[in-house]
Amino acid sequence: MAESFLGLTAQDWQAVARSVEVSAGAIVLSLPLGLGLGWLMARKNFAGKTLLETAINLPLVLPPVVTGYLLLVWFGKKGWIGSWLFRWFGLEIAFTWRAAVVAVAVLGFPLLVRAIRLAFQGIDPRLYQAARSLGAGPLDAFLTVSLPLARNGVIAGVVLAFARGLGEFGATLIFYGNPEQAPTLPLQFFNTWENQTGPGGEDRLWRLVLVSLVLACAALAGSEYLERQGQRRESA
Amino acid sequence: MSLLECRCRLRYPSGFPLEADFVTDAAVTSLFGPSGSGKTSLLSVIAGLRRPQEGRIRLRDRVLFDSAAGRNLPPEQRRIGYVFQDHLLFPHLSVRRNLLYGWQRRPAGARVVPLERVVQVLELAEVLDRLPHTLSGGQRQRVALGRALLSGPELLLLDEPLASLDEALKHRVLDYVEQILKEWEIPTLYVTHDPLEVRRLAQWVIAVAHGKVQAVGNPEDVLRKGATDGTPIRPKN
Repeated sequence: MAESFLGLTAQDWQAVARSVEVSAGAIVLSLPLGLGLGWLMARKNFAGKTLLETAINLPLVLPPVVTGYLLLVWFGKKGWIGSWLFRWFGLEIAFTWRAAVVAVAVLGFPLLVRAIRLAFQGIDPRLYQAARSLGAGPLDAFLTVSLPLARNGVIAGVVLAFARGLGEFGATLIFYGNPEQAPTLPLQFFNTWENQTGPGGEDRLWRLVLVSLVLACAALAGSEYLERQGQRRESA
Repeated sequence: MSLLECRCRLRYPSGFPLEADFVTDAAVTSLFGPSGSGKTSLLSVIAGLRRPQEGRIRLRDRVLFDSAAGRNLPPEQRRIGYVFQDHLLFPHLSVRRNLLYGWQRRPAGARVVPLERVVQVLELAEVLDRLPHTLSGGQRQRVALGRALLSGPELLLLDEPLASLDEALKHRVLDYVEQILKEWEIPTLYVTHDPLEVRRLAQWVIAVAHGKVQAVGNPEDVLRKGATDGTPIRPKN
């Protein structure tokens, strides 16, 4: 394979791009639900709240390969969600790019919801009430007062879930598979590691490490910066 | 038909009961009583931010809440301007956008109070483009007043508007409040524990203590019966 930019092959760079795409897609998929659940957790008390919280946090503690297997069972063509999606929308999930997106979305979801919940908890709920009293309906007040005030926390959660998604391996391996032509960054790393034969094999591995480090650090720094911005505004 | 009728019972999660039973026709009615007596909760109930267990609240010809009829208007439909004790200005919006928040949500034909006049009366022209956290306490109080006014309310709820201000500022803000009430003649419920404010502004007083209405009447009668230092006023038997 021809050497290209920074000593990584074209396929390496495609894997980086694919991971970024998959992570971004996962955010698009999970953000609306994450906002809803984060707000619900911050503001409401209801029966089964603890149960719901446990369910949301489960991917955090479950081995990712187990989560991946469960996704495969449910979203596979014979699974109860997968068969339904296929019958009504002709959608195939397992072993397509959509599987990578769903796996990353599920694994990052606890981080996303947690950040959003904390952001909403940091806002005086009476600001929302003031908006309602001034004539704004529930959705209007949420969109013009609660959400803008939670903005930095929400963005921090998005960045964190995004960064987590870049590294997703276990669930992706099972649910998405390891297609030779379209690996994500962690899959590409794994494949390179397995086949590190010949001169320069280890070099390539190290360059992938470097790319991963840079991406992870950038995401963490971004998340940290946004969180601090949020705190500064609250204390102002 | 009276202006405002409020008969409701509210029980806090802690078990503390609030019973409010009064009618008023005055331009300015003072809810008077010591702190912790349930005055602010009563305002929340009237504004629709807190739901009482039972009762009925009517503003002119509109029934805002009626537990027997299963009626409970949401706050955005009550047309009540609530000035909170700690202002609750929207921290991410400029003073101008705070002022216009309720105004923009009224139908064009119902915008009776013009922004220019409110800005002039409350002397807010210089701070229109600033964010709330850069304002002084007195300025914040005026923005909160202006925001409620501009939402075109049929009833104003003022929750101890002078409580967070120092003595010098109190008199100035009181002047503003007085001028607003005179200029726009919006019926007002004015919460305070200060007899001086009651005498100056109110034509009618509802004295509250321990979650119950203790006395109702014109300011001189009610204040003479009770102590002036905010201790509970006993009902006349």
